[in-house]
Formats: sequence, structure tokens, C-alpha cells
Amino acid sequence: MGILETRNLNLTMGGKQILDNLTIDFWEGHVHAIVGPNGAGKSTLAFTIMGLSGYRDFEGDILLNGRSINSLNVDERARQGISLAWQEPARFEGLSIRNFLRASARDKSEESIAEALEKVALEPAEYLSRAVDKTLSGGERKRIELASLLVMQPSVVLLDEPDSGIDVEALNRIFEAIQLLKNSGSTVILITHSLPVLQQAEHAFLMCHGSILNKGTVDQICGYFENKCMSCDHKNMPDVGDQS
Amino acid sequence: MKLNNEIAQELYRTLQLTDSALQDEETAHLVINHNMVVGEHLIPGLEVDVKELKQGVQVQFRVLRDTIIAKPVHLCFGMLPETGLQEIHMEVAIEENAQVSVLAHCTFPNAVDIVHQMDANITVGAGAAYTYLERHIHGETGGIKVIPNAQVILEKNARFKTDFELLRGRVGIIDINYETTCYDQSVMEMNAKVNGRGDDLIKIREIGHLVGEGCRGVLTSRIAVRNNSRAEVYNMLTATAPYARGHVDCKEIVQDNGIATATPIVEVRHPRAHITHEAAIGSVDDKQLETLMSRGLSEDDAVDLIIQGLLS
Repeated sequence: MGILETRNLNLTMGGKQILDNLTIDFWEGHVHAIVGPNGAGKSTLAFTIMGLSGYRDFEGDILLNGRSINSLNVDERARQGISLAWQEPARFEGLSIRNFLRASARDKSEESIAEALEKVALEPAEYLSRAVDKTLSGGERKRIELASLLVMQPSVVLLDEPDSGIDVEALNRIFEAIQLLKNSGSTVILITHSLPVLQQAEHAFLMCHGSILNKGTVDQICGYFENKCMSCDHKNMPDVGDQS
Repeated sequence: MKLNNEIAQELYRTLQLTDSALQDEETAHLVINHNMVVGEHLIPGLEVDVKELKQGVQVQFRVLRDTIIAKPVHLCFGMLPETGLQEIHMEVAIEENAQVSVLAHCTFPNAVDIVHQMDANITVGAGAAYTYLERHIHGETGGIKVIPNAQVILEKNARFKTDFELLRGRVGIIDINYETTCYDQSVMEMNAKVNGRGDDLIKIREIGHLVGEGCRGVLTSRIAVRNNSRAEVYNMLTATAPYARGHVDCKEIVQDNGIATATPIVEVRHPRAHITHEAAIGSVDDKQLETLMSRGLSEDDAVDLIIQGLLS
């Protein structure tokens, strides 16, 4: 039994089935990647697990430590230990990074907040009083989002496209933060269609048209994704005999 | 009967002003309770003349030419009683190349039925700079009506910035009416941040006329209304000179049965002038809300934090 499971998850939006009888297990303390082409339903799965508005009308079960969290709101799921970092983090006019991080933190001390910023390679003296707004670059906002997860210490972290819109240097910082989350005991779920991000994981799932097509080691799924999915035009019909 | 000093101390306490700020020889201050001066300290280059009226005061505030006042001047206008009328008539002259920053504290901590009206004529001379931060502290009943009116003239290369904030208590009724005329290369920034609740009424009317070549102006309003409170924001910016630049920016967050309206008017009468505007009214942004909720905050706490940031 995994720390987080979905059982026969179905979600239809606008008459289109986005999640199709999706069953998946995530193992405690491991880094997982869900990979697949655009439109596969990866982000929808993350939003459904988090319980965001617009993603609550599903069939099936979401289990955290064996208990259904279907009826819980976003904040209740967060207090149970699940959290999410968006592909495009929200901006908050006037809200200081200090107060943003403090709102998430278990340990709300200044030292703890500053330490989290240092872990994502942002100088506390420079950043604590700045606002989480449009004056920050995409990479800075991503790192602040990760810092908020480091101070929150959730048991399950969903990271939606963590490399989206950032440069190579910032990407390395984000990869370091992913390892920090794992080292602190979090189960990490990476939502991605990027091979460098996929390679940060220990286990990978290949998703297509709302279903899990395949799962395995990163190398297996990476090879399959590169060789089979990139040019694929069929739906949920994997050639499982050749995964190299 | 309380002595002036006791009244001043009581006003200071409501403002949570530190003694150090008020005992500092280099920090000027003027404290007025209803229609009486109860505390005053002036510094070289600053001239203040106060005439006590039946229901308030008439104040001449003058910063002499080339004077740079390093530390903010504290002006405190307050009323300790529960009811009454306070009228402030101000003539402000910041002379050529002078610089001053004023912290105006308006405290009505016990207000049940109080009207505080200010009418100001402000002239910021050529090359001068005037910053006016008005901070209000009200009681919790909402029984107060605040009506600040100001006519502001910015001469060549002058700079003027004003911020209006309600730090504590209920708004009651706030009816702000500021009008500024900007001459060549001058810079104007008018900001208002107000958080309404109960049956508060917030009316903001800010007008800027960009009449001088290369002058700039920004009107910014940040308003939150909840319960049955209402906000009406009217921002008007006109540009009639070449290279005049302006921006109008209004954000209003509406919760519960609150009602918010925004009327941004921009008028450009010169082909080389440029004004932009943006207005957003509505509930708290879903992504902001769910980001904070995904960190474990309740919906109410998340909304409070978002509004706190917006109004900070």
C-alpha cells in the first residue's frame, strides 16, 4: 500500500473524459514522476488529488495512508499532509515573502524562514521583505514556492512542471530543492513532460489520455517516452513489448 | 479638567507613537485635539501658524525655500470625545527646492458620532518635494465620517506623494476628494488603501491634471469590502501636455454582501501624451486563495492574508 493512492479515478470536464479509470500508488519517501504528452491529464490528476475547485466532481477514490480524502477541501487535504506547487505560481501584491513563508511554516521563527530561503539559494536579507509579486522572475517565484513547501514539510508534494519558464541555473536549484524535500521525508510527485525533470525521479509513470500506460524505472519510461510517445498519434495503445 | 499635556499623552498612546519620536529635538510635531493645540515642536525652516476656531483649527504650514527636513514631521489631529465636529483648514506651502515628509495621524479612538473634515490647499514649489502619509485610527463602532478635501498644485519639477491608510478600527464613512494639477516635469502619486466592513462607506475621488510637459502621475486605489460595506472609487487622469505620462490602477476585493464600483476616466488631449489604466474588482483570485489553502490555511485566513498584503 502506498502513502497516496488513486483508485479507478474518472473525471469528465466539458463532456470530455480527462481521467480514465486511473489507478496509481505512490510510495512513501520516494520521488515519482508522471510523464506524458501535453493533454495527457497529468496536471488534472495533480489538481484532483489536491482537491482544487473545478476538480472535485470525480468518481473513484483518493486515499491518503489508506483513508479516503474525497470529501476534504483543499485546506483540509493540506493539513492532512498534501501540498501542490503550481506550474505558474500565484503572485500576491504586497504580501511579503516573509509572511508568505510564515503562513505555510510549521516553525514560524525568523531563523526557520531564512533557512528555507537559503536552501533554495535566495539570500534572506535581500528577499524576506520583498513581495511575492511580478517583480520576481519566474525562477525566483518557483524557488519561493519550493521554500514554502520546505517550511511546511508536507508528507506528499505535487510539483507541476517544476522546470517551466526558468533558466538552467534556476533549474539546478530546483533539482536540489526536490532532493531536500525527499531528504526531509516528503513523497515527491513530479508532473512533467521534460526528460531532465523525469531523471530526478526514482519511479516513473507514463500517462496518456487520462490513463497510466506504463510504469517502471526512470530509464525504462524515459526510453519509452522518447522513442514511442514523442511521435505517437494513437490513444492508450502502448506497444508494451518494446520499452527500450 | 485634563491638562493639555495629559490630552496629548492620551492621543500619543492611541497612536502608539514612541516618546523618542516626539522628544527628538530634530523631529517636529504638532498635536491638535478638536480645536486646541496640545503639543507643538518646530524646527528651523518650518513655520506653523495655528488659529483655533470654534469647531477646529486653521493651520498655515510652510517649509521655507531650500529647507530639507530630514525627519518626518508628525501632525496629529484627533478627538478623544465620542461625539463632535472637527474642521481642519490647511494652507500648505512647500517652497522652492524644499523637502519634507509629513506623517499625519488622525485618531478618533472613541468615536460614536464624529465628523472630521479637512480642507487643504497645497502648493509644492519648483523643485520641492512633499510626502504626506495620512494614517487613521478609528473606534470599533464605525460612528465617524472623514471628509478630506485637497487641492494640490505642483510647480515645475515638484514631487508630491500621498498615502491614505486606516490602521485600526472601522472606516465609518470616508469621503476622499483630492485634485492635483501637475506642471512641467512634476511627479504626482496618490494612493489610498482602505478596508471596509460592517456598513462602512468608502468614497474616493482622486483627480489628476497633467498639464505640464513631461509631468507624470499615478493614481492607485486598493480597497477591500466585506459584510455590507460599499466602495465607490472615481479616478480621473487627464493629460494635455506633450510627454505627460499617467497611470490609474484600482483593485477592489469584494466579500460577503460588499459592493464595489470603480470609475476610471482617462482623457488625453495631446498626441504625445500617454495614460494607461487598469481596474480589477471581484472576489479574491482563486489561484492565490488555493495556493494559501494548499499550505493549510483556512479559506478565511487565506482571504485575510491576501487582503492584508493588498492593503499593506
